[in-house]
Amino acid sequence: MIKFVLMVNQQGQTRLSRYYEPVELSRRAALEAAAVRCCLSRNKDQCSFVEYKDFRLVYRQYALSVFLLIFMFNIKSNFVEVLDKYFSRVIMFNLDSVHVILDEMIQNGHIVETNKSRVLAPLTAINKMVDG
Amino acid sequence: MSDVVEKTLTALPSLLSLDSQPGSAKLSTNSKLGNLIRGITELTSKHEEEKLIQRELLSIKEQVSSPNTTMRQMKELMVRTIYCEMLGYQASFSYIHAIKLAQQGNVLEKRVGYLAVSLFLDESHELLLLLVNTVLKDLQSTNLIEVCMALTVVSQMFPKDMIPAILPLVEEKLSHSKEIIRRKAVLALYKFYLIAPNQVQHIHNKFRKALCDKDPGVMSASLHIYLQLIQENPEGYKDLTVSFVTILKQVVAGKLPMDFNYHCVPAPWLQIHLLRILSLLGKNDQSTSEIMYEILDESLRRAEMNHNITYAILYECVKCIYTIHPKSDLLEKAAKCIGNFVLSSRINLKYLGLKALTYVVQQDPKLVLQHQMTIIECLDHPDLIIKRETLELLFRITNAQNVTVIVEKMLDFLRVSKDDHTTIDLVGKVAELAEKYATDNEWFIETMNTVFSVGGDMMQPDIPNSFLKLLLDGFDSVEEDRKLRLFAVNSYISLLQGEPSRLPQRFLQVISWVLGEYSHLNGDLEPDVVLRLLAKLLDMKSSSSETKSWVLMAMTKLCSGGAALSVAREVSETYGSSMDTMLRQRAQELQHLSQDSQLQTRVLPQSSSQEAVEVDSSLSFLDWFVSEALAAGAAPYKPPHQRQEEMSRSKALSLEPYGLSLPISMSSCSVADRQSPTLLSMSSGLSGDSTELSHKGSSTTLKLDGVKRVWGREGYLAQREPEEEAAQVETPAPLQSPSQQGDKDSSHSQAPTPTQTPESEQEKQQLASSLFVGLASQSSASLMGKSEQTSQRFRRKARSPDKSLSSSEQLTNPLGSPSSGADNLLLDCSISSELVSAPEQTHLQSLDLTAANSACDAPDGDTKGRKTLSRDDSVSAADVTPHEDPDRPKDLRLASYLPAELSGLSGLPHSEITLVCSNQSLDLSACHVQKDDSLEFVVFIKNSSDTSVHQVQVQVSCEELEVSCVCDSPAEELKSHSVTVCQYRLTVKRPSVYFELAGVVHYQLPAGSLQTEQFSHKLPLKSFIRPLAVSTEDYGTMWLAFSHDTKQNLPLLSDEQEPLTATLNVLKKKLQLHVVEIIGKEGIVACCLRPDQPCLLHCREHAGMLAVWLRSPVPDLPDCLLYHCQRALRER
Repeated sequence: MIKFVLMVNQQGQTRLSRYYEPVELSRRAALEAAAVRCCLSRNKDQCSFVEYKDFRLVYRQYALSVFLLIFMFNIKSNFVEVLDKYFSRVIMFNLDSVHVILDEMIQNGHIVETNKSRVLAPLTAINKMVDG
Repeated sequence: MSDVVEKTLTALPSLLSLDSQPGSAKLSTNSKLGNLIRGITELTSKHEEEKLIQRELLSIKEQVSSPNTTMRQMKELMVRTIYCEMLGYQASFSYIHAIKLAQQGNVLEKRVGYLAVSLFLDESHELLLLLVNTVLKDLQSTNLIEVCMALTVVSQMFPKDMIPAILPLVEEKLSHSKEIIRRKAVLALYKFYLIAPNQVQHIHNKFRKALCDKDPGVMSASLHIYLQLIQENPEGYKDLTVSFVTILKQVVAGKLPMDFNYHCVPAPWLQIHLLRILSLLGKNDQSTSEIMYEILDESLRRAEMNHNITYAILYECVKCIYTIHPKSDLLEKAAKCIGNFVLSSRINLKYLGLKALTYVVQQDPKLVLQHQMTIIECLDHPDLIIKRETLELLFRITNAQNVTVIVEKMLDFLRVSKDDHTTIDLVGKVAELAEKYATDNEWFIETMNTVFSVGGDMMQPDIPNSFLKLLLDGFDSVEEDRKLRLFAVNSYISLLQGEPSRLPQRFLQVISWVLGEYSHLNGDLEPDVVLRLLAKLLDMKSSSSETKSWVLMAMTKLCSGGAALSVAREVSETYGSSMDTMLRQRAQELQHLSQDSQLQTRVLPQSSSQEAVEVDSSLSFLDWFVSEALAAGAAPYKPPHQRQEEMSRSKALSLEPYGLSLPISMSSCSVADRQSPTLLSMSSGLSGDSTELSHKGSSTTLKLDGVKRVWGREGYLAQREPEEEAAQVETPAPLQSPSQQGDKDSSHSQAPTPTQTPESEQEKQQLASSLFVGLASQSSASLMGKSEQTSQRFRRKARSPDKSLSSSEQLTNPLGSPSSGADNLLLDCSISSELVSAPEQTHLQSLDLTAANSACDAPDGDTKGRKTLSRDDSVSAADVTPHEDPDRPKDLRLASYLPAELSGLSGLPHSEITLVCSNQSLDLSACHVQKDDSLEFVVFIKNSSDTSVHQVQVQVSCEELEVSCVCDSPAEELKSHSVTVCQYRLTVKRPSVYFELAGVVHYQLPAGSLQTEQFSHKLPLKSFIRPLAVSTEDYGTMWLAFSHDTKQNLPLLSDEQEPLTATLNVLKKKLQLHVVEIIGKEGIVACCLRPDQPCLLHCREHAGMLAVWLRSPVPDLPDCLLYHCQRALRER
């Protein structure tokens, strides 16, 4: 199960976070900082998995854009290679849209939809309605 | 990896195009959110950020509460609030506005409202109730987008109690014409199943329909539910195996629409999902496994090694093949696949391969042999994660022959590792291996020294505890014990002569204990030398007061002889006035004992380890106090977790109907029962064997327990005979010398990197031969093999269970004492008082106290124990003892006076007849008889004088009981040595643990003077309990109706074959409970005091305890009953 999804920029500032298990607001910042530190300190030749406490972090650093994706699985979870092709640099200013997309893809810590067009369908529909 | 990134980026336009849409362009870079984000990015310090966000929040707060804010502005504000909360700044003022936005906004605003709600609130937040109406309205909307949004939010979070309100609507959506609605409805039901499984039980057939849905999206959504269901009960869904296999076949064959493909792989996540389901279904089930062999083969073949996502499928496939009933050619292919992973130059694949190997070694340790050179390379890999994973793998293949090398590798890693979590985990593993496979004393002690120095103060406290216990308990050979201890002493002395300030506190504590206990073994060592070394520890600034008290305790054991005494005196003078009470206490002890050697040998005998001191771990000597307090109306003790649970429960109304699969959230089961939080329960955990540790350890990686296989080993091997032979050729015989092994290995090993220099190559091969030695010989060496005791050097001496609990060292050393609880406190108190007043008694007295107390521990308030229990009672004072002997025959005689309906002929047993009161003229005895609907209380009045008495009248009363007189035969005249009987019927008014019956007898002596005598009699609640025969259905309805409840963990009779049944049977026998039904790990039990005073118990086996949940309409009844259950189980 995915515990949380985190996106940060190269300075390690949080750009997006979504928790699938309750974590107190006050604890989140520290947790995120520690997780990000684990991942950012690694170089390209090292594998994309990091074990941090009971979490297994899977991260990916996008060289061109400034984002870093971190997925968290718990111990029991089997390995799932999650490639996120839907996110890009627009997320910075479209926080809500990104969340809408993420909600389509992951619910309760499980990946529920990966069909690209289907994931985007609700968002495009909403946007169309607003414009029309 | 770069190609992946590239591919990914080329796939981005779909979202980038969003940017150019007018709808989102408005929010773009010029928006306030954009400004905020830019502002934050430019800041340099956390402090500035905080100031900025607080300012932002303040302005948002102002605007949201302004009536002029439009919904559109509100949406924008909400996004900004989301951002602020994301950075960790609470904005609870906005929660209600988020709900309002979801209620009132147009589509996009509504979506943001819902989004904000799902981000801000957690599932138990009370504001969530306000959302129910909105959801209800949107579910009925004609606008599909609104329905979609409502379903999305429902499948993220919904108040569990309100599910019935929307369930019909969601169900209806299952047959909607749009796939997206059907899919979301299935996901919503999945959520319901997760939070309240009972509520969706009736729609299981609809899940099946969803599984057969023509749309692949809906079908794959339903797999979430099935994965969950099958995890919980694989037996129930075997019939679906064929369907899952068919689906997987179609997916693999590419029958799905193209847009489900991901990098040309058809619906990969769906495949992974199906493979997981199949492995659950095929586990330990040959016939089911056979159905899937073909498709697994096909999957392996189709998934070529070309993309990350296919690796994920392969990994899942391999795991499935190794989980289900084995088939040789599949295993072969899977092994090859793992080989490809491990040999890959791509680091992520290597990691994956190691993970797979770690999983597989349990079934087939020989697979490791094929990859030994790769594994060795991974050991030296620059990436710590890979190293760490390799060590995990090695940990699983450790045996007595390769332990030295593997432990060495682990310690090497530990020395460079900086991560606390890893250190703690690895230190535990090293300690486990060292204890299990130690080759000789020196190695063991030195390894443990490293463990203690590296593990420092972070390591699990049970490591030092178990180490000390091992030293203390010793092994089968006395000589070996002596050698081991002696070596430890010598090794520690030299450590202390070095730089002790570098050693962690825990290690210093271990050292002081060992020196205190065993330094006499080294004849050349003068006590004063040791004392001086120890005193040095006291002077160190870095020593904690806990360590100091260990040191002082060790000194107390050592101080004898001239030079030692002066050191002791010096130290005790310094610390005798310490501000730390614990230290002062120890210093006082040191002072007194050093002056009185006779006393010292009595208190701290040198061979203390041999004698077990009995300690009453359950504090049963305090039972009288507890029962008295309870009888006086005190509330029964509830452990903190229970109190918390009750508090949280009282806040929320539970509308969930009762079901057998009721989830009891007793996660904190480790908190032991009410008995006592003693340090002994800790020290029993300390003796915990190492397998426990290994579970703990391995749980940080993959969940591998429970995948052990049960098929016959022979059959399995027969199938694979050819391979076996090949493997044997490859592997060195375990008994050969290392050099021979090296030779042999070099001729067979498959070196993947032939370019290496010959020296390093040879080095590696030597390493390989030492690492993988012994694997082939124990061809069956699964994890099971590891638990075999045969190769273990340090076999703990078999001790009787009670002895292992009793711990002499608890008294002779402060092992764990500073952190220990009440028990130690008690002892300490008595010691200190003794020391001050009468030093010659010391704490041996406290032991007597314990013994004495446990002797007067009354067995369960039944009539025999009453004598001691009520000894403080003013009237029925304990002077019954002189009557004891004549009582016996009296008993029999009195029994004949029982009323006919109650006598032995009626088949109703009566309790022992006990004397409740006696004087010169009258002897009053009493007993009770349990009838089906009541308790009969009988008082025998015997005239023991030589003259007759007149006007005998008895009155019995009790606050908690209803007493009605059945036959009160106040004889006008009671002749000399004759007996009359009064009978009362008792029913419970208000439950209590014990009922104290107060009685008065009036009589007239021949002289004419009126006499009054009081007496009392104690009855346990137990006597009033009757079985309540109900059906499971009735039980369910009753359960819901009852309002008073209690939860508690009771000990489980885990030594029985079926612990739950055995435990319930004990309760049934002792307390006359009625066992309604036992299903799996749960059982329901019912009883009553009167037909209108029932009490229901829901028992569940959980984590080695019996989690009991009692409910009753009568207040206090659950608590009182619980008390008796506990006693019944403890006394078994």
